[in-house]
Amino acid sequence: MSWQLEVDGHACIASGMCVGLAPEFFRLGPDHSEPIDDEIEPDGVVLDAADTCPAMAITVREGSEVIGPRP
Amino acid sequence: MTTSTHAEPVAYPFNVAEGLDLAADYAEAREAPGMIRVRLPYGEPAWLATRYADARLVLGDRRFSRAASVDRDEPRLGAARLTEGGMLAMDPPEHTRLRTLVAKAFTVHRVERLRSRVRELAESIVDDLVALGPPADLVENFALPLPVAVICELLGVPVADRPQFRVWSDAALSTARLTLEEFNQNREEFRAYMRELIRQRRAEPADDLMTALIEARDERDRLSELELVDMCAGLLLAGHETTATQIPNFVYVLLEHPEHWAALRADPDLIPAAVEELMRFVPLGAAAGFARYATEDIEVGGVLVRAGEPVLVAVGAANRDALRFAEPGKLRFDREENPHIGFGHGVHHCLGAPLARAELQEALRVLVDRLPGLHLAGDVEWKTRMIVRGPRTMPVDWRSAIEVNRTQ
Repeated sequence: MSWQLEVDGHACIASGMCVGLAPEFFRLGPDHSEPIDDEIEPDGVVLDAADTCPAMAITVREGSEVIGPRP
Repeated sequence: MTTSTHAEPVAYPFNVAEGLDLAADYAEAREAPGMIRVRLPYGEPAWLATRYADARLVLGDRRFSRAASVDRDEPRLGAARLTEGGMLAMDPPEHTRLRTLVAKAFTVHRVERLRSRVRELAESIVDDLVALGPPADLVENFALPLPVAVICELLGVPVADRPQFRVWSDAALSTARLTLEEFNQNREEFRAYMRELIRQRRAEPADDLMTALIEARDERDRLSELELVDMCAGLLLAGHETTATQIPNFVYVLLEHPEHWAALRADPDLIPAAVEELMRFVPLGAAAGFARYATEDIEVGGVLVRAGEPVLVAVGAANRDALRFAEPGKLRFDREENPHIGFGHGVHHCLGAPLARAELQEALRVLVDRLPGLHLAGDVEWKTRMIVRGPRTMPVDWRSAIEVNRTQ
């Protein structure tokens, strides 16, 4: 089952953390980070990105369940 | 592409320790094509990135490595290698393993829950300052106690130990004439102190970050014992030293720009924007440090950086790049956006940035509210031979001229 990746553009502070960690999944736009694809094959690195985002701006979902950031 | 490759490096750092000015050499380098090469007192020569776009590329791109510095004679100000064994000498995924353990304690969300406590501490410290009476040293009596109190509570370190760990953290950030042996001895003393606190916390767990890290080690084996010790010591050090330096730096700049101080007094809602602008405006570092090593050939600012070559990023210069910031040399609280890199960029973006922001905001809030007449009451003594710049002592008064006359 694929995962859904979302960056909250209002919360994002463009720290570059996710892009540095997982450039295959995130890119920096002019103001904030964004997922390269909203729907991805499962990969733990996006959970790491969600966990370490200083703005807690990244959400990872599997179906309707939020799996990242991890509690 | 220019091929100024391997021109004779120029002596670096450019900035003087006294004051917060940005050396003119930076603007020159930023406006010239390509990049210049610099030589620090220790280590190999490096490229110097001074433009905003180049800085973000080098700090944010995975093709640049910090881990590679470990096997190299990294450019640095002092004999010692400050990041040895720590997160700042790692790349993902090693870096991620440690960073995820502490990241959640410092998110914007978590820090907002701490804000009222930070405010309370700021109020109580300013109470003590007022009780002490003017003139007083703002560094010793306000700028240091606030971040120390906050990180001590968060981490679980007795705040009364401040005189002790001040010595160790000062030495750890010093580029002075510490020999490698002295530096290592200092580090071992700091570690021994932390080991003792960790031993106590293992016996008596508490609701603090140290206990959480101990659990991560003991129950989940996520980090080694030495990493645990160094993580706690690193958090204590990084958790107060830079904020304690930026508070007087910000006050110093605001007192040099009285119309801006007056603006904050009139409208404290400007404070968050003011903190962002001051983070952009104040070149904190004595020099660019923590060089990034190219892991493959990569073009930066019109120069082909070869695999294995180090690039230093001049954050203070990048933060004044006219290609990114209008009127970059002017202090402006009305910028619509302020994507400064004062907290760095990329995977090593300051872990404590949200906490630092909250502390800097609350510090300014309490100062403009309680000491609106704040002014310098003597010469500022500047730190020298440290990796950060800022006042060592800053005598201040907060009485009006009339009040001062009355008491004389």
